[in-house]
Amino acid sequence: MTTDVHQLDDGAWISVNDSREVNVSDLWLLARSDFCGCETTDFLAEGFVKVGVDYPDIQARIAGQCIACGESGVTDWLTVGRVVDPESGEFYGVVHESVHFPEKRTRLAHPEE
Amino acid sequence: MPSKVEKWKDEVYGNEIREHLMEFAEKGWDAIPEDEHDAWFERFKWWGLYHQRSGQESYFMMRIGTPNGVIKPGQLEVIGEVAKEYATGPVDNPEFGEAYCDWTTRQSIQLHWIKLEDIPEIFEKLEAVGLGTQQACGDSWRNIVGCPVAGKDKHEHVDAWPVAEDLHETFKGNDDYSNLPRKWKVAIAGCDEGCGQGDINDLAFEPAEKDGELGFNVRIGGGLSRKEPRLARDIDVWVPPEQAADVAHGMSALFRDHGDREDRFNARIKFLMDEWGPEKMRSVLQDDYVDFELETAGEDMRDQYSYNTGSQDGHNDHVGIHEQKDGNYYVGLNVLVGRMGADDVLELAELADEYGSGEVRLTQRQNIIVTDVPEENLDEFTSEPLLENYSPDPSPFMRGSIACTGTEYCSLSIVETKNRQVRYARWLKDNVELPEDHKDFHIHLSGCTASCAQPQIADVSLRGMKTRKDGEPVEALDIGLGGGLGDDPRFADWVEMRVPADEVPGAIKNLVNNFKEAREGGETFRDFVEDRDEETLAEMVDPEETDYHDPYMHNTKMTWYPYAEDDDMQASPAPTNGQGEPLPSDD
Repeated sequence: MTTDVHQLDDGAWISVNDSREVNVSDLWLLARSDFCGCETTDFLAEGFVKVGVDYPDIQARIAGQCIACGESGVTDWLTVGRVVDPESGEFYGVVHESVHFPEKRTRLAHPEE
Repeated sequence: MPSKVEKWKDEVYGNEIREHLMEFAEKGWDAIPEDEHDAWFERFKWWGLYHQRSGQESYFMMRIGTPNGVIKPGQLEVIGEVAKEYATGPVDNPEFGEAYCDWTTRQSIQLHWIKLEDIPEIFEKLEAVGLGTQQACGDSWRNIVGCPVAGKDKHEHVDAWPVAEDLHETFKGNDDYSNLPRKWKVAIAGCDEGCGQGDINDLAFEPAEKDGELGFNVRIGGGLSRKEPRLARDIDVWVPPEQAADVAHGMSALFRDHGDREDRFNARIKFLMDEWGPEKMRSVLQDDYVDFELETAGEDMRDQYSYNTGSQDGHNDHVGIHEQKDGNYYVGLNVLVGRMGADDVLELAELADEYGSGEVRLTQRQNIIVTDVPEENLDEFTSEPLLENYSPDPSPFMRGSIACTGTEYCSLSIVETKNRQVRYARWLKDNVELPEDHKDFHIHLSGCTASCAQPQIADVSLRGMKTRKDGEPVEALDIGLGGGLGDDPRFADWVEMRVPADEVPGAIKNLVNNFKEAREGGETFRDFVEDRDEETLAEMVDPEETDYHDPYMHNTKMTWYPYAEDDDMQASPAPTNGQGEPLPSDD
């Protein structure tokens, strides 16, 4: 089946196959990011702005701020989890406290369209 | 390309959602197909039902829209009964007990822990007394707000209540406007104090005189949400009361047709106003959406506005005892953070009946007003024990407190709010003294940038954040200062960011003391803030730990319910069946 991903409730959470999987208000550690000048961005997720699938990754661009320096904005694409088997649709979230590497994407996936 | 939500709305939306809702309710939670959860929960909002946050699946917040905050005789008792019978969850709230009503900043009512299976019975009880949840949430006309004492107020020039009621009747369930690009918030007021808060609404009718006739000037495009606050802008239109609905038809049709349906973050009319400006807004309204010549704006009364101006004169809220124009009195009671236990609601319903007409009204400051109290009943009414907790003469820190729902139930919030603000208010009352001439001091706590507690228009604005303390993530608040409404409305300046939540009371104490020391003459707090730069103000806000204790410093959003003994997400009983028993999990 197709993996269905969207953000809902003003970007409060990411739904994967009609299940609430990733919420705002968590802290994410971002490395090698140009989000702010900090070596590692201690990023508070305040809202999911865009979501997409780059199989098997579920990705999102997140609005928020670095709680160390105060810089706010929207991240590049971050992998927030994976759906390894599209048939089962089971979602495996990443550990947000681990270090993540946001990346600029060359293509944008809109699985629902 | 239209958003996913637009696709769902195209399939089923508006009045027709009800029959599906009733069918699901009859069959039970499991009847909602798992792969249609998101679509149905989005649609249920139109009928005032908001699926509670992660960990509380199958429970809903129910919002009852009471236009202008008017709760007619007989209705409050039903609201209290419904709360007591149905709005109880698996765990009590340590401050408010097992069942309670929230009075909101849009003069509505919110109940929590509502089970899908109970909705038909609840609707029946509410509708039997003329109450309803239709369009209380969702992309349509929301509850109309206004001066809560419309029709009673001595400061009133136009009685806006019949106009508000007419707009409510006209636009509730109206298929022409049931599917708008986003929410549509309308304010109408006829008094000269500015308590309609029109400046922060999508469409505002404000009292104005034109050629000796009283009516309304029209403003468009206000709102506080996200980090994009806007004040409504004057489109140079005046309408007599009997044409207000025509302009409302035109404006909401304009929004329906021109609002952004591709990007929900850009959908509110404030963004269309950014793009078009007031002149184009007016000309499109005139050319395409009304069939009469619009009058230019009349002379408004904004220079007399006192509500939430920080002026310390006139009405900064509706708490206290005030004479109505018919010689009776209204008694505004302070409800700390707008939350009232169901038993207290039932008792107040009896008291309103005994001492007044039985009518009560909700304010945009989360308080409640008992109207129509004859002078001879005032002493006895105000001596009632219930009014010790819901005082008409509370400490400024109690009366000035507003808080949104927060992480207790809300998906978007970053921090716990209501219980925290209760603790803040109590601590500030015991530990901080305002200058003698400051009876009003507004502190609004919003859990996130959605701004449901309207933080940008408070003396002290608090907004949910996170920070690290001793290396550990803790709940924190950004602190803003000097916001307010009036003739010269102003949004708060955010001067101190990411203050650990347990250091905020100390910060406010230091701020007030610094203000008392540095103010010149009779300078009000708002003028004081306006006259100083951010750096100076930031120095005056000096966060520090005190004997204030905050039990919610941990990540309350990671819990299934922040006050449960075992609050771990895995300990959640949700989803449950109609009896509140956990349903078997697929795992």
